[in-house]
Amino acid sequence: MGNYWHSVILDKDYCNGCTYCLDRCPTQAIRIIDGKAKIINERCIDCGECLKVCPYKAKGAQVDGLEMLEKYKFNIALPSISLYGQFPRNYDINKLFNCFYKLGFDFVYDVAYASDLLVSRQLKKIRTGGLTKPLISTFCPAVVRLIQLKYPSLIDHIIPLETPMEVAARVVRQEVMEKTGFDYEEIGVFYITECPAKITSIKKPVGIEKSYIDGALSIEALYAKLMRAYDELESDRHIETVQKASGNGIGWGKVGGQSIAMGIENYMAVDGVEEVMKVLDKLESGRITDVDFIEAYSCVTGCVGGPLNVENPFIAKTRIRQLSSQYPQEVDVSQYEDLPDAFFEWNKEIEPVQVMKLDADIKVALQKMTKIEEIIQQLPGIDCGACGAPTCRALAEDIVMNRASIERCVVRGKINKK
Amino acid sequence: MENISFNEEGSLMKLEYDVLKEDFSRAGEASSKIKKVLMQLGIDSKVIRRIAIATYEAEINVAIHSNGGKVFVLVKDAKIEVLIEDVGPGIENVDLAMTEGYSTATQEARNLGFGAGMGLPNMKRCSDEFFIDSKLGAYTKVKLVMNL
Repeated sequence: MGNYWHSVILDKDYCNGCTYCLDRCPTQAIRIIDGKAKIINERCIDCGECLKVCPYKAKGAQVDGLEMLEKYKFNIALPSISLYGQFPRNYDINKLFNCFYKLGFDFVYDVAYASDLLVSRQLKKIRTGGLTKPLISTFCPAVVRLIQLKYPSLIDHIIPLETPMEVAARVVRQEVMEKTGFDYEEIGVFYITECPAKITSIKKPVGIEKSYIDGALSIEALYAKLMRAYDELESDRHIETVQKASGNGIGWGKVGGQSIAMGIENYMAVDGVEEVMKVLDKLESGRITDVDFIEAYSCVTGCVGGPLNVENPFIAKTRIRQLSSQYPQEVDVSQYEDLPDAFFEWNKEIEPVQVMKLDADIKVALQKMTKIEEIIQQLPGIDCGACGAPTCRALAEDIVMNRASIERCVVRGKINKK
Repeated sequence: MENISFNEEGSLMKLEYDVLKEDFSRAGEASSKIKKVLMQLGIDSKVIRRIAIATYEAEINVAIHSNGGKVFVLVKDAKIEVLIEDVGPGIENVDLAMTEGYSTATQEARNLGFGAGMGLPNMKRCSDEFFIDSKLGAYTKVKLVMNL
């Protein structure tokens, strides 16, 4: 596992070398080389935009398979909150959670309940002084990585709290260890994920040394199996009550859910990576001053719009909203009130990821910048992507960084500059 | 009133952007581009943020109050200089304009959320050195220096 491990991958066999993903990538992490898309690992934030836009389904995420369960004596499934919105309303959520037993898991835990545990901790961080406001939620790991990469001056704004999946893993692992007597290593904790960036957070976390989660399986890959298991549930089977989150906890599955759960007024909820970047730009320019908390999601509609989900994001979001108002708005969390704040917090500094820098030496960087401007003058400026770089400027940068040559530009001289 | 000179001697790089009168749809573009370039140069993110805030304020100021102008950035050895110059009405009372909350912005600009009277004071706050020169009915020039 290199320094820049990330989960989004490309299946070369399906890639047709078109420019959809090239154009969509928010960090310009993709180049088309020899007719195939290639991801620049250190720039990828695993937002999954390329997965969503690829017409040939050539992009995927590195996920684990069910065979991973064989490695452990006791396996726990942590279905993502967005699972609540993935099946039609006539599906009973507890029956659905119980289907994970049929897939080989020994225990299922409701991640939305971990959101309930986080609400008061998050509120405390927002209300106590000392932190740079507005605080930015860590719930979307792609946004955290976007900030590390493109908005390092905003790192201070990131609220140093764990996400529901990690809190769920900590709580459930402890409880299962006490109940069953199994050791830490004998228990496998698996996140059932909608999101490639969350897989990266498990394998290469930010803010903590090591995740309490051992692997991730995608909702997409388990969807049909879950449906089948649901149909085959024995009519006399005892259905264990797994669902224990409040409506507010479930609401975390969609954009705005965190702020609604906390009952705060001065918040901003933004979804879709393009819009998130505009908001971060405004924040960096000092234009957002009257807001305490920002929940920003790379995916449109929030986590429920995650690329490894199956259902249409807006249909799923509607279901989450409906379910969220159907369940009680508060649940008993008193059992966890004594847990120390540290249990919920990040304990590692969030470092900037300086991959945009042209050179470590500013003098050399300046020379390279001058060269880039010179090369741009020779390029057509239409950002067609035929060279394999997303923009003419990106090609100029690649040329200066010795990653490409100007011959890559096939329209040079054929289109007159305006 | 200080006479602002923009000395390009010792400049390692010069950036130049146009700001158009009342063009709120593009206000902020120069600030964004400057930010990107400075990041690529590896300038400290805290300095970049101050420059981003100051240049954004400057762009808005030029768009609201003048007939258009330019934003220049000079990268020097140990500092970054930003010069904003516009053609327009100038500032009648610079001391007043430097007062937080004082604004002569039109209702239109205020409706867009601008004109809170924080522009110049904010630019000053973001810089290590601040110079302003304005001639009534002619121009306004502001120079900011950020030490590296």
